[in-house]
Amino acid sequence: MSRFREAAGALLLLAGAAAGTAYAESTKPGASAATPTKVATAPLPAAEAGRVHYGFGREAKPEEIAGWDIDVRPDGQGLPVGRGTARKGEELFIAQCSACHGEFGESTGRWPVLAGGAGTLASHDPVKTIGSYWPYASTVFDYVRRAMPFGNAQSLSNDDVYSIVAYLLYLNDVLLDQDAVLSNESFPKVKLANEDNFIDDDREVSEKSFWKADPCMTNCAAGAPKVTGRARAIDVTPEDGTGPTVE
Amino acid sequence: MRTDRTAKGLSRRALFGRGTALAAAGVGMAAGGATVGGGLVARALAEEAGNPANLPPHVPEWSKVLGDGVAVRPYGHPSKHEADVIRRDVEWLTASRESSVSFTPLHELDGIITPNGLCFERHHSGIAELDPHDYRLMLHGLVDKPLMFTLEDLKRFPRVNRIHFAECAANSGMEWRGAQMNACQFTHGMIHNVMYTGIPLKILLAEAGLKPNAKWLLLEGADAAAMTRSLPLAKALDDCLIAYRMNGEMLRPENGYPVRIVVPGWEANMWIKWLRRIEVGDAPWHHREETSKYTDLLENGKARRFTYVMDAKSVITNPSPQAPLTHKKGFTVISGIAWSGRGKVKRVDVSLDGGRNWRTAKIDGPVLEKSMVRFYAEFDWDGRELFLQSRAMDETGYVQPTKDELRKVRGLNSVYHNNGIQTWRVSPAGEVENVEIS
Repeated sequence: MSRFREAAGALLLLAGAAAGTAYAESTKPGASAATPTKVATAPLPAAEAGRVHYGFGREAKPEEIAGWDIDVRPDGQGLPVGRGTARKGEELFIAQCSACHGEFGESTGRWPVLAGGAGTLASHDPVKTIGSYWPYASTVFDYVRRAMPFGNAQSLSNDDVYSIVAYLLYLNDVLLDQDAVLSNESFPKVKLANEDNFIDDDREVSEKSFWKADPCMTNCAAGAPKVTGRARAIDVTPEDGTGPTVE
Repeated sequence: MRTDRTAKGLSRRALFGRGTALAAAGVGMAAGGATVGGGLVARALAEEAGNPANLPPHVPEWSKVLGDGVAVRPYGHPSKHEADVIRRDVEWLTASRESSVSFTPLHELDGIITPNGLCFERHHSGIAELDPHDYRLMLHGLVDKPLMFTLEDLKRFPRVNRIHFAECAANSGMEWRGAQMNACQFTHGMIHNVMYTGIPLKILLAEAGLKPNAKWLLLEGADAAAMTRSLPLAKALDDCLIAYRMNGEMLRPENGYPVRIVVPGWEANMWIKWLRRIEVGDAPWHHREETSKYTDLLENGKARRFTYVMDAKSVITNPSPQAPLTHKKGFTVISGIAWSGRGKVKRVDVSLDGGRNWRTAKIDGPVLEKSMVRFYAEFDWDGRELFLQSRAMDETGYVQPTKDELRKVRGLNSVYHNNGIQTWRVSPAGEVENVEIS
């Protein structure tokens, strides 16, 4: 840490009057000439090393941030202005999503199931869907907007996303009226059934017994080992001819 | 120059054929001895492998002719005889190869550094091919000044070098319900361990200036999955790196070229590749990769979230199903890896009898924070059936549990964070298989 401070101090000295001047943009051929951008930061005493500025990079412009800042939080932060209905969403879903996810979110092949599974989480074969498992509807909006359709991401308008999310919530019995308008205003009121069933990592408490000063070294179990399961019997390990081609 | 080759699969015959050749060409152990009912192994051991024309007293071809000159191979490849040493995937595991995983061939490696070309891959929308000139990293949110960096900007910041493992949270996930994959590559291969060169994230955060209410970061990738994870600020200020080099060279495209985040000791899903944006906020985002995925379902239907740390874990890489024992008896080296997300590995124990009795293995090579270590255990094999296990312990006193101990706490549907002890059964013929025992 102290070495870092010294180095940072030296850098500031080197930078001298140019401290805080950043040279933006890349050296790509044809790129516009670099424009020095004044960064209004007074160098702080080296003792406040955490506040040292190198001046590399430039200020991000509001329109740049607006273009990339697509995330949405459960409290609604980040929701864009827009609206949609499940009825409209159904059309979009059939056209854009059903090839993989099925017309009712039941999925085709091994693509993710998006609806159903209520009451299965404590069973031997849980079905984890938006309705049965996901804690927040905001995650559906955020994820569809950033990553779907698979192979054509970030192609949907905000209104399209609202409609598709409304349809998914309708399939999961969260929204009951297919003409109800889902918008940036109504959205934060939507609650999913499983929200309260997530607990923060508690391993240091629930698995406290895994911390042992002296693990057993001799005669730790009685009798000879008995084989209770064999991967070979299940026989799903790739074998001959399944190796990829090496270039 | 490119040559297409199809790699050998994992059939028993191919394995034994290869293993035999390796044994004879490798450690030069005396082969032969009494024939047992080991079929292929015993027959193969009756004679030394190799082409007699290349063996003494003959002068082999490569001793007479000139080989390639320097720079004929401007970026070198492994020997053509190592064509089997490749990443592999399990086709039935996922719906598409673009959102899937390939596995590191752990059984073919030694030491602790994973060669870049063999590092397991896990993508959610395939490999993003970024032009480094068009690369931008945006840092914004609860900061005094939002910043935009080019790759050249990032390379001007102070750098550090750190060796860390990246382990997929789902590594060994296929084994929750029982022994399923008969290959160390598939049971444990979602891990790599390389040296990263990068910028301590705290330096970039200081550059932007954090607001007093900053508590969480959102990390976002530039690929078509635009992968996001919420990262607690304390971790970001502790030991996270914004990395652009692995093992000295620039990151490979499949590992996030040109920039990824390194989150030491934590599940690799958080190690966002093709990092394009860091947003500072006051609460977690609860995005898809920390709600629908990377949450761990317990038996009672509740689920753990934010299970970041990868607990202490180990596996014997040799012998293992893809690397059988090809000598019938005598001095035998067991080799394996251990790691812990909670700090340094303190000790590794090895059992030959399914956990009845343990001996402490030798750790050889660097022992670093949140990095793989390599261990060896040597013994004289008398040719009997073995049940090999390894058990890692880290500096916090955490001892790698058995699978059954884990199941008792978590049930069978956690999907992630399976760090249970692995058992390999070695038959008298030297064949190795993935088993569970009681």
